[in-house]
Amino acid sequence: MASDAVAISRTEVEDRPWVDTLHEWVTTVDHKRIGLLYILFALVFLVIAGLEALVIRIQLMYPHNDFVSPQVFNRMFTMHGTTMIFFFAMPILFGFGNYLVPLMIGARDMAFPRLNAFSFWLSALGGFLLYFSFLGGSGLYGAGSAPDVGWWAYAPLTARAFSPGSSTDYWTIAVLVSGFGSIGTAVNLIATILCMRCPGMTLGRMPLLSWLYLTMSGLALIGITPLSAAQLMLLVDRYLGGHFFDTQAGGSATLWMHFFWIFGHPEVYILVIPAFAFMSEIIPVFSRKPIFGYPVMVAATVCIAFVSMSVWAHHMFTIGMNSYANSFFAITTMAVGVPTGIKIFNWLGTMWGGRIQFKTPMLFAIAFLFQFLIAGLTGIIQAAVPFDWQLSLSYFVVAHFHYVIVGGILFAIFAAFYYWYPKVTGRMLSERLGTLHFWLFVIGFHLTFDPMHFAGLLGMPRRIYTFEPGRGWDAINLIVSIGAFIQAVGILVFVANLILSYWKGARAGNDPWDAWTLEWLTSSPPPAYNFASIPTIASRRPLWDLKHPEDPDSRYE
Amino acid sequence: MTGDTVTITSIFAPETTPARSIYDLSMFVMVITAIIFVVVGGLLLYSIVKFRGKAADANREPAQVYGSMQIELAWTVIPILIVVVLFLATARVIHAVQDAPKPSTAIDVTAIGHQFWWEFRYPQLGIVTANELHIPVGDPSRPRPTFLKLLSADTDHSFWIPQLGGKTDLIPNHPNEMWMDPRRTGVFLGQCAQYCGTQHGKMLLRVSVDSAEDFEAWVRAQQQAATLDSAASAGRRVFETTACINCHAVRGTAANGRFGPDLTHLMSRSTIASGAAANTPDILRLWIQNPDTIKPGSLMPPMQLSERDLNALVGYLETLR
Amino acid sequence: MSTFAPPIVEPTFDTAGVWSLPSRGKVGMASLIVAESAIFTIFVVAYLYYLGKSLSGPTPREVLEVPIFYTFCLLSSSLTIHYAGKSLERDKKRAFLGLWLLTIVLGGLFMFGTAREWYRLIYEHGLTIATNLFGTTYYSLVGLHAFHVTAGLIMLSIVLAFSLAGRVTPRHFGRIDVLALYWHFVDAVWVVVFTVVYVIGR
Repeated sequence: MASDAVAISRTEVEDRPWVDTLHEWVTTVDHKRIGLLYILFALVFLVIAGLEALVIRIQLMYPHNDFVSPQVFNRMFTMHGTTMIFFFAMPILFGFGNYLVPLMIGARDMAFPRLNAFSFWLSALGGFLLYFSFLGGSGLYGAGSAPDVGWWAYAPLTARAFSPGSSTDYWTIAVLVSGFGSIGTAVNLIATILCMRCPGMTLGRMPLLSWLYLTMSGLALIGITPLSAAQLMLLVDRYLGGHFFDTQAGGSATLWMHFFWIFGHPEVYILVIPAFAFMSEIIPVFSRKPIFGYPVMVAATVCIAFVSMSVWAHHMFTIGMNSYANSFFAITTMAVGVPTGIKIFNWLGTMWGGRIQFKTPMLFAIAFLFQFLIAGLTGIIQAAVPFDWQLSLSYFVVAHFHYVIVGGILFAIFAAFYYWYPKVTGRMLSERLGTLHFWLFVIGFHLTFDPMHFAGLLGMPRRIYTFEPGRGWDAINLIVSIGAFIQAVGILVFVANLILSYWKGARAGNDPWDAWTLEWLTSSPPPAYNFASIPTIASRRPLWDLKHPEDPDSRYE
Repeated sequence: MTGDTVTITSIFAPETTPARSIYDLSMFVMVITAIIFVVVGGLLLYSIVKFRGKAADANREPAQVYGSMQIELAWTVIPILIVVVLFLATARVIHAVQDAPKPSTAIDVTAIGHQFWWEFRYPQLGIVTANELHIPVGDPSRPRPTFLKLLSADTDHSFWIPQLGGKTDLIPNHPNEMWMDPRRTGVFLGQCAQYCGTQHGKMLLRVSVDSAEDFEAWVRAQQQAATLDSAASAGRRVFETTACINCHAVRGTAANGRFGPDLTHLMSRSTIASGAAANTPDILRLWIQNPDTIKPGSLMPPMQLSERDLNALVGYLETLR
Repeated sequence: MSTFAPPIVEPTFDTAGVWSLPSRGKVGMASLIVAESAIFTIFVVAYLYYLGKSLSGPTPREVLEVPIFYTFCLLSSSLTIHYAGKSLERDKKRAFLGLWLLTIVLGGLFMFGTAREWYRLIYEHGLTIATNLFGTTYYSLVGLHAFHVTAGLIMLSIVLAFSLAGRVTPRHFGRIDVLALYWHFVDAVWVVVFTVVYVIGR
C-alpha cells in the first residue's frame, strides 16, 4: 500500500517536463516540500558562509598576513556571522520543524500552508538581498559593498557618519525581512501544535520534538521582534534623520546593545532548543529506551526559555553597568545552566541501562553530549563576571559560541540528517561515508576550537584582521586554520553522501530504525497527505504500543 | 623606557590588584567546572562503553525505564548549590573591583577612544599625549593607583591590557571608569577589543609602568611646550601651512587640531600609528606620505607632499622630543 | 496503514467523546499579537528611556495636547466591532453592516485626528522626527501604532466590501472574530501609548 504511493509518484515524476516540476516546487504549500526548500536553501548558505570562514582563517594563518585587506576581512566576518545565524541555522531548523512536526503529531499539514510558503519566500528574499550587497552596496560615495559592521551592528558604527553607502542597509533590511518570515513560521508552528494534534495526543503525549518546537516558537515571537524593532529604529536614524542611537544628539549606543542582546540571547536558545529536540528523539531510539524523565525534560525546556529572557546583558559585562546589574545578570546566567544541565543528565539517564547502537546518528549525538557539556561549562566560566572582563571580546568567546553552535547545534543537525533522511527520501545514507564525515568533522572541529580558547586566554581580541607576532598566538592560529580546512573536507563528504545516497542508497522502508513516533508509521517518503487515515493514539510512543501490544506504554503513563 | 616589554599578554600573569582578584576567581571557577566536566564526562564515557549494544541482544529490548523523581531532585539540587557558591564568589569580586574607593593619591587619566588611536589626558598634570600611556608603579606603603576615565569621540572601543586588568569599553555619551595599581615596572601591551571599524585590528596599546623617579621625569618633559628648534623652521612652516594643523596639535605653536594625536612630544613615543609601526624617521616619512601603506583605512589622508617638503617636515617632527 | 490496531486503553476525550482543539485562527492571531506586543514594548521602552533627554527643541509638555475625543472614537470602535460580531452571529446582516461601517468610520476619525495633530506639531511647533529625541521617539511610536490602525482599516474595508456584496454570513463569524481580535489589540496598544505619551510623558 505504501509502495503503491511511491510507485505512482515515481511514474508521474519521470514523465513530466522539468518546468512543471519546478513550478510545482515554487508554488508549493505542502509542509514537506517547504521544509525541504528551507533545508536546501540553508545548505547553500552553509557552504557560502563556510567559504567566508575559510577566507578569515587563511588571513589569520600568520601574523601580518595580507591575503585580504582589512576592509574585505571585516566584510567576511560580518557576512559569515550574519549568514550562519539568519540564513543557515534559522532556516534549516525551521525546515526540519516544518517537515517533521505535522508528521509527528498525526496531522496532514501545518495550520496555515500559504503563510508557510510566504514565510519561506520572505527568508529567501532576505538571503538574496544580503548577498546582493556585494554588487549593490556601494551607495553614492562608492563606500561600502557588503556590510562590515559585525553581525551585531553596534551603534554608532552603523550611523551614516561612520557607515556611509548602503552596506549597513542591506544588513538591516535583509535580516528584518527574514525576521518577519521567522515570525510567520513561529505562528504557524504554534497553531499547528496546539490545534492539529491527532485524537488522543494530549499535550502530555506529544513527542518531545513537538514540545520543544512549541517552546522555541513561543520564544521566537518575543525574541526576534526586539531585533525587528531595533532595526526599524536604525532605519529611522539612517533615512529619516532620527536620533535613536545618535550619541551626538543625546542618544544612547548602549540602548542598541540592550535591544540587540534582548534578541541575541533568546536567539541562541531558539537555535539550540530544536537541537535538543533532535537529541531527545534520536538518543532514546539508539539506546532502545524511552527518554528518561519526559515531564522534567518539558519543564526544563520551558524553564530555559523563560530564564533565557533574563540573561541578555551577559554579552555586555564590559560596557560599564553598575555592580548590581552585573551581579543580577551573573546569577541569571548561572541559573540557566541548571535546567540545561538537567537535560544533559536526562540524556545520560536515557543511555544508562540501554543497548546503545553506534549508527551514524548516534555517533553525532554522543559527540554532541560531550561538546555541549564543554560549551555549557565555558559559558558558566564567563558568567563569573570579573573573569569575563578578561574573556569578553576575545577569542575565548569565539571558541565558546562555536562550541555551542558547531559542536552542539551543527552536530545535532547532522544527526537529524542521518536519522530522517531515510524518511524523506526512502533511502539510507551510507554508513561508511557517514562515519568518515563524522571523524573528519570531529577532528577538524577540535583542532580548530580547542586551541582557540587559549588564544583568548593569551589576550587575542576578536574581529582583528591581523595580529601581532610574539604574543604567543602564532602557532595557535595556524592550528585553528588547519582544522577549518579539515572541517571543510568533512562537509564535502557529507554533501557527497546526501547526493550519492539519493540514487544509490539502500531502500529504507517505513521504519528503518525501529523507532516509536508517528512519522515512522507512514511510507518513506510520505505521501502528500501524510497518513491514509489519521491515527488515534494512547501513549507517547504509539509505534511501541503497536509493536509490543502485550506491554504498551499506555499501561504505564 | 624603564623595564622590559612583556609581549605575552596572558591573563594569567596579573600585575595589579584587579587583575589578581580576577585571576584568583578564575582559578576557583575553573577548578569547579573542571570537576563537573570530569564527573559528567566520565559518566558519559562509562555509559557508552558499558551499555553498548552487543550482537547477541539484537532482539531484546532493555528495561524501559521512564524516569526517577529522586534522581531528578538530586541532580537539580546539587547544581543549584554549585550556582550559589559560584555566584557568591563572583559578586564579591565584582564589588571589590567596581566599587573600590579612589584614594587621594590616585593619578587621574582620561582616555578618549578615536578611530583608530588612543588619546590620553592627565587633567591634574596638564598633559595630553597619545597611544602610549605612562603610569607610576605603586607600592603598599605609597599607593598611587591610576584611575582611568573612559570616553569616546566616535564609535565604541575597549581598553584591554590583560595583565593590568579586565577590559572596559569606551562608549560615546557613556563615560566609564576603571583603575589599576601595577606592582612592578615594565611595558605592557594590549589593544582595542571592541570592533570599531576598518583598522580596529591595529589600534594597539602600550602602557609603560615607570618607577616614581622616571614617572616624574616623564611628566615634567610632557608638561613642556614643544621645543622650538630654529633649524627646523622650514619643516615647521610646512606643518603649519598645510592640512596638518587641522588634525594635530603641537603645544606652544599655532597647531591646535583635535582630530588626530597630539604631536608635541611625538619623539617620546616608541611607535606611531597607535603601535602599528616603529617610530623611526623612515617609517614616519612613509606614514606621512601615504598612511595606507602601513595602516590601510586609517583616517589620516595621504599628504601628497613634495620630496623637499616631506624631508623638512620629518626633520621638524624629529625635534618634537 | 488501515491495519493499525486500536489501542488498549481509551484515550481521553471530552465528555461528549469529541476530540476538540482550540481554533487555529484564534491561536494564530493570539501568537501574532504576542509578537507585535514585543515590538511595541521596545518602542515604548525607547520612548520612556529618552524622556527628558533631548538636548534641545520642543518638549512634550510644551507641544502635546491630549487627544481625548479621538481616543474615545478609537476605543468605542472596539465596542462597535464587538457588537457587529454579535449581530453576525445572530444573522442580523443589516445590523452587522451598520456596526462594521461605524467601526471603520470611528477608526478613520482617529487617523484623521492623528494627521491633524501631526500637522500642528510639524508646522506650528517645528517638531519633526529629526528634531530631537522626543521627536524621533514620538513619531516612531505613534506612527507605528497608526500604521497598525491603517492595516486594520484596510482589512476592515475589504470585509465591508464583501459584506456589501452580500457574501458575509454567520458561517464567517470565526474569521470575523479573529479580525476583531486584531482590532481590539490595536485599541489596547493605544491605551498603553496614550498613557505613556500623554500622561506619563508630559
